[in-house]
Amino acid sequence: MVRLTIDSKEIEVAEGTNIIEAARRLGIEVPHYCYHPGLSVAGQCRLCMVELGNNPRPQIGCNTQVAEGMVVRTDTPKVLEVRQSIMEFHLINHPLDCPVCDQAGECWLQIYYMKHGLYEPRMVDEKVHKPKAVPLGPHVMLDAERCILCSRCVRFCDEVTGTGELGIFDRGDRSEIGLFPGRELANPYSANVIDICPVGALTDRDFRFAVRVWYLDTAKSICPGCSRGCNIDVHYNIRRPHHNQGRRVARLKPRFNAEVNRWWICDAGRYGYRFVDDPSRLGAPARGRGDAAQEVGWEEIIPLVTAQLRRYRPDEIGVVASPKMANEDFFLLRRLVDHLGLIHVDFRVPPRTPGDEDRILIKADKNPNTRGAELIGLGPRPGGLDARGMLRAARDRRIKCLWVFHHDLQASAWPAAEVGDALRAVECFIYQGSNSNGVSAAAHYVLPSAAWVERDGTFTNFEGRVQRFWKAVEPLGLSLTDWEILGRLGAALGLGPEPASAEACFKALAASAAPFAGLSYRELRDTGKVLSA
Amino acid sequence: MAEKILTRNFHLPGSHTLALYRETGGYAGLEKAFAMKPAEITEEVKKSNLRGLGGAGFPTGVKWGFLPQGHPGPVYLVINADEGEPGTFKDRYLLERDPHALIEGMIISAYAIGAHLAFVYIRGEYVQPWRIFGRAVAEAYEAGLLGKNIRGSGFDLDVIVHRGAGAYICGEETGLISSLEGKKGWPKLKPPFPAIRGAFGAPTIVNNVETICHVPHIMNRGAAWFAGLGTKSQGGTRMYSVSGHVTRPGVYELPVSATLRSLIYEHAGGIPGGRRLKAVVPGGSSAVLLTADEIDATLDVDGLKNAGTMAGSAGVIVMDETVSIPEALMVVARFYAHESCGQCTPCRESTGWIYKMARRIVEGKGRKEDLDTILDVARRGAGTAICAFFDGAVGPYISYIEKFRHEFEALIRK
Repeated sequence: MVRLTIDSKEIEVAEGTNIIEAARRLGIEVPHYCYHPGLSVAGQCRLCMVELGNNPRPQIGCNTQVAEGMVVRTDTPKVLEVRQSIMEFHLINHPLDCPVCDQAGECWLQIYYMKHGLYEPRMVDEKVHKPKAVPLGPHVMLDAERCILCSRCVRFCDEVTGTGELGIFDRGDRSEIGLFPGRELANPYSANVIDICPVGALTDRDFRFAVRVWYLDTAKSICPGCSRGCNIDVHYNIRRPHHNQGRRVARLKPRFNAEVNRWWICDAGRYGYRFVDDPSRLGAPARGRGDAAQEVGWEEIIPLVTAQLRRYRPDEIGVVASPKMANEDFFLLRRLVDHLGLIHVDFRVPPRTPGDEDRILIKADKNPNTRGAELIGLGPRPGGLDARGMLRAARDRRIKCLWVFHHDLQASAWPAAEVGDALRAVECFIYQGSNSNGVSAAAHYVLPSAAWVERDGTFTNFEGRVQRFWKAVEPLGLSLTDWEILGRLGAALGLGPEPASAEACFKALAASAAPFAGLSYRELRDTGKVLSA
Repeated sequence: MAEKILTRNFHLPGSHTLALYRETGGYAGLEKAFAMKPAEITEEVKKSNLRGLGGAGFPTGVKWGFLPQGHPGPVYLVINADEGEPGTFKDRYLLERDPHALIEGMIISAYAIGAHLAFVYIRGEYVQPWRIFGRAVAEAYEAGLLGKNIRGSGFDLDVIVHRGAGAYICGEETGLISSLEGKKGWPKLKPPFPAIRGAFGAPTIVNNVETICHVPHIMNRGAAWFAGLGTKSQGGTRMYSVSGHVTRPGVYELPVSATLRSLIYEHAGGIPGGRRLKAVVPGGSSAVLLTADEIDATLDVDGLKNAGTMAGSAGVIVMDETVSIPEALMVVARFYAHESCGQCTPCRESTGWIYKMARRIVEGKGRKEDLDTILDVARRGAGTAICAFFDGAVGPYISYIEKFRHEFEALIRK
């Protein structure tokens, strides 16, 4: 450990820490553009200047490691003057097109100009012109005039993904970010460069011109795209419902978690939210197949489904839960399964094409909560069938009632004919999920679920880390969260009153399932907890 | 006339050949050096007061002393032959007319610092020097002066000749290293300095061609002799590239204790056509401009420093009364705007901005506030960049305006 003084405040930090990070610990912000804790030090923007001891020349904080007894000042007239000068240099060739720039409102040129610039503009000559609106790949759009050449995007592609698509070409004030010949910025993490771009140079082709960022609200969440459980923020727009074609979820952004995803998320996860506001969403409970299908209220469907579950012998009912459901849902489903004495229970449905996996974040299991389903015990009971076994049994009319959560069995690895035969043969097919899919149309009963952004809950990732996600927007239409639906069914089946909240479900889970013992929402905090089991 | 050391063979036909180099006493210094311990050579170079002749004027022996002792991996010697400072053309003469002096100097220097691989980074535009030097290297290999077990000494040295691709910034030692490594020629953050972590991550000493060419002579004739040629703080002679309005432009080798006045008027033949001297750039375009009455300064590093400018690369650009200083500033500013590598913000942005202002003034569209804006931008940017490039540009920006403000104001009033 090294002890030093920053702006007269003493602090002890680990050796090797730089001044920006040491100051951050004291709540002192040393402004910077090119420095990023997840990337190598470039020292290019020259904004993070601080004064060190009696050194008359300010030094950059990013490339200065702390030393015992070091005296750092971040607020001297000299430092303030250098910052102002550097801000002016950053802005002389900037197009100042904030009104039409997507980054406006979250742009570090705007923020730092207001904090550290505020000079009278002196540049009257023609600015340097560079390419604008250049697609670099499927997700990223470049405006080279807005670029401050901090090289974060270049270093990301060199150091994090190792793909090296980007470079800085030409020199002097003609320098610009660009792709190497024949390359495209299409690596599985490409859109992270948008997040780390401190200005409006790299914008999101999916998000740009959709909503002004100051209309967005944020909810902390967990990406449901694979078993990594990357921490994310859901940015949603409900203040200007006429923007973004009425879609409420505007974008997902990575949320730092040192233990899980650090600063990054993959593109598949980032753009995997579109189902939330998709026309395929199931808006109301429904009964009857095909032309006979009719939407009904919950007060009508709950007794109907309850009656079906009571009508069949436990070994005539098959339940295929989904590893996309939350721990809270699993707890209530498990309780219901146990109550009815069902034995054919499973949650594993293999995808048609195996998921891709890499050594960065992406996991082959494209479900957020496989581990939770395993731990809470939603696999086959003794003597029970697995999911494929249930389909075969349904085809042979040994299983008469099939209750499928979320899965599109038609997109599974199993032959379509096998799935089709089973669904045609079964007497009662209950589908519970957020969106219609290849099998939902065959359901006798449709129970519409809220999407993950429409509710609170927890997922358990591949390493057993239980992480909370928070509700961003209201459930669409009449849809209810899975735990509410299961709570209502449970109450109707005589399992006692419906739980009041997701937190109450989790509390009950923690009280009954050993791996979760002692946990609570409070205990999980923002970053989650790894189960000891 | 003072004794010529580096340029003594320049007038001889075949001065670039190994045969002639040997005839005139070449490779004798090497024999002496091999009889010494490496540390003794470094000590001798320290005592000689040899200073880097590429531009920064840093004491050469001290630089060698920065290498980590007992480093387990390789150590490299890099010769900076990327002579790009405007007004400087001395290294070119050395490469073309006495390439074996550089090779001998490299072997001795590599032996002193424990390097077994040396790189010679030659400016891309120097096609002829590259050809001649390349032939000399081949000759040296054939003669057993390079390669394994040189002259039975047990010392190995290989030389890689690398051509640059035409960027001024690659003459900056860390920019040169980046370029040598196959990257864009961007200077590196310091610390770490090259002596600790240089080319390919190994401790590296980067020295200028002329600096290294002095080393065999120091071996041959001793540090005291070399130090005695110069001033208290800088030993030896130096090659001055004189261009512009003089009767005999060219390269002149003089003891560093000579004055700028004697260089211009005695050696280079004074100003032609009876015109008056207006200003002199004494050490390459990055040096502060001297007016006609400031030329009695001595040409050593400290002499020119005391005169408020710098010895730099010893590129002396002489301007007579026909020169428009605002136009000269525009030309210099265009050079720095064109050559700024663009890596860090103050240099990238302000070199272009200052050029635009200087050009506008010359075009008669200057505004009163432009001069102070240029001065303010130059002062604010100074000392804030990764390398010394912008600090070099600040020399002309400020001195041209401060010393000849009336010429600028006359253009702005028009």
